[in-house]
Amino acid sequence: MAPQRSLHPQVAHGSVVIEVEGLSKIYRVADKQPGLSGTLKHFMRRRHRDVHAVSDISFSIVPGEMVGFLGANGAGKTTTLKMLCGLIHPSAGQVVVAGHQPQKRHPDFLRRITLVMGQKQQLLWDLPPMDSLRVNAAVYGISDRDAKRRISELSDLLELGEELTRPVRKLSLGQRMKAELLAALLHQPDVLFLDEPTLGLDVNAQARVRQFLADYNQRTGATMLLTSHYMADITALCPRVLLIHQGHLFHDGPLDRLASRLAPERHVRLELDAPVGAEAFAGLGRLDSCCDCEVNLRVQPDELTAVVAQLLERFEVRDLEVNDPPIDQLIGDLFRQGKV
Amino acid sequence: MGRYFKSLRRFWGTALASQLEYQLNVVIELIAVGLSLLGSLFMLSLFFGPGRELGGWSWHEALIVQGFYTVLDGMASTWLRPNLSSIVTHVREGTLDFVLLKPIDSQFWLSLRTISPAGLPEIVLGLFLVIWGGNQAGASLTPGGLALVLVMLLAGGLILYSLWFLIAATSIWFVKTWNATEVLRAVLASGRYPVAAYPAPLRLLFTLVIPVAFLTTVPAEVVLGRASTPMLWLGSGLAVGFFVVARQFWLYALRHYTSASS
Repeated sequence: MAPQRSLHPQVAHGSVVIEVEGLSKIYRVADKQPGLSGTLKHFMRRRHRDVHAVSDISFSIVPGEMVGFLGANGAGKTTTLKMLCGLIHPSAGQVVVAGHQPQKRHPDFLRRITLVMGQKQQLLWDLPPMDSLRVNAAVYGISDRDAKRRISELSDLLELGEELTRPVRKLSLGQRMKAELLAALLHQPDVLFLDEPTLGLDVNAQARVRQFLADYNQRTGATMLLTSHYMADITALCPRVLLIHQGHLFHDGPLDRLASRLAPERHVRLELDAPVGAEAFAGLGRLDSCCDCEVNLRVQPDELTAVVAQLLERFEVRDLEVNDPPIDQLIGDLFRQGKV
Repeated sequence: MGRYFKSLRRFWGTALASQLEYQLNVVIELIAVGLSLLGSLFMLSLFFGPGRELGGWSWHEALIVQGFYTVLDGMASTWLRPNLSSIVTHVREGTLDFVLLKPIDSQFWLSLRTISPAGLPEIVLGLFLVIWGGNQAGASLTPGGLALVLVMLLAGGLILYSLWFLIAATSIWFVKTWNATEVLRAVLASGRYPVAAYPAPLRLLFTLVIPVAFLTTVPAEVVLGRASTPMLWLGSGLAVGFFVVARQFWLYALRHYTSASS
């Protein structure tokens, strides 16, 4: 399985904002056996092995594009993102972002990019977000007048008001994430790297963050590379997706082409009044589990209506849920089935 | 340059505001500082009772050494400990990423991001000890001598900072280096007493390997007007040398930074 080469053929070289060619990263990690003896052996004599986190990835992104970056945990998404930001030095290959080599972390480069991480925060925990924003404004050399104007514009877009003057520790997760976005965008970057920006947010807060990112892209023409565990983020925002698996790039193209391969089945979860044997579900999709009164099935989208009707007719159903399977599982399935 | 000054002002402003969020903690910290100062003076009076001499230093002369030690310890509590110990936290939790992505020198940010005013009374008391001890020992300082004292104090501070920063920077590889900083603190505690009070091998160690002598004894000698010129040059040279090494080591460490996983 060779990774897809996917340099945009229609894009003239000069109008590319992110260009990645043959990018690889190899980590040396400690190899430690479990238990006390393993710990002692490891303490006395450290053993290491090489892990290929990213292998020979190439792609390019044009200004204003919103690109989704998909992959299971440990696939190499975050490592790639961090190489694009200049946080990690690549082991091999070339990266050019906004005309700079990221790993040099030139101040001009740092002023043009931003990184938002859903699970890490830069806001000062004990103080209102406004204090952190003032620190960021000073660090980026933004005048007080400009900073005030930008904060007011962004807080309007993000629907943030008195939250900016309340200590961060007293904000909800959703409010905190919006304040994090404000802090990350204060210097008006034109390349945004977003690593799980909606992680842990409830459905409404996710939708608001998503809407904000779409608006921001429309208003400023900023380029965004976004990773997310929520398929809804990607479908709402990214016409183009990159799919990475075990460090290799396997898909680079429109989302619909990938989506049809990724989500062929829906998850149906049933709660029955009385236990029923597994054989009763023959012909009603693929049975994942059947335990006491709870049954999990996978059903092809075009058969869904018929199957649900039959389930309701044949069994005493207490509860029925239809879901899209989590993205991790879909990608895992995809690779197990050898479709890529 | 203006951007760095403005950043520093905001850094310290937010640091003070953060600490004032917890009023009780501030009160407890101030009490702790007061008690620790009384404790160190009591220890000194046990070792150097008036009328006694140690390594050729009288009680009042030794007080100057203790004064410089107290000033440096106060500087460590005010700036070094809160800032440099947070490097380890940044590396472990992956928030160093945010620092490295700012268009400002990362060493500047990590060394001066916060300030803990609880160490300031210690600095004031240290200066008082230096002035009082110097007076009692009959030292008379010219403006030039005073400038030299400040230069040597700065050199001592720079050596201390560079050693501490070097150890903190190794957390890029080893992540936890608190033990190493504790060892450093223990060694620096030897700077409470004049170097001459130690046996010859330790004296050599404290002058050339871990230059504790330049942190306290040499500035005290300048106050007493008996510092030798070669020692002054050696102290200044070591300060610049240690700082350059710490700086280069940090730049080298950053190339090996792998960033904590998400």
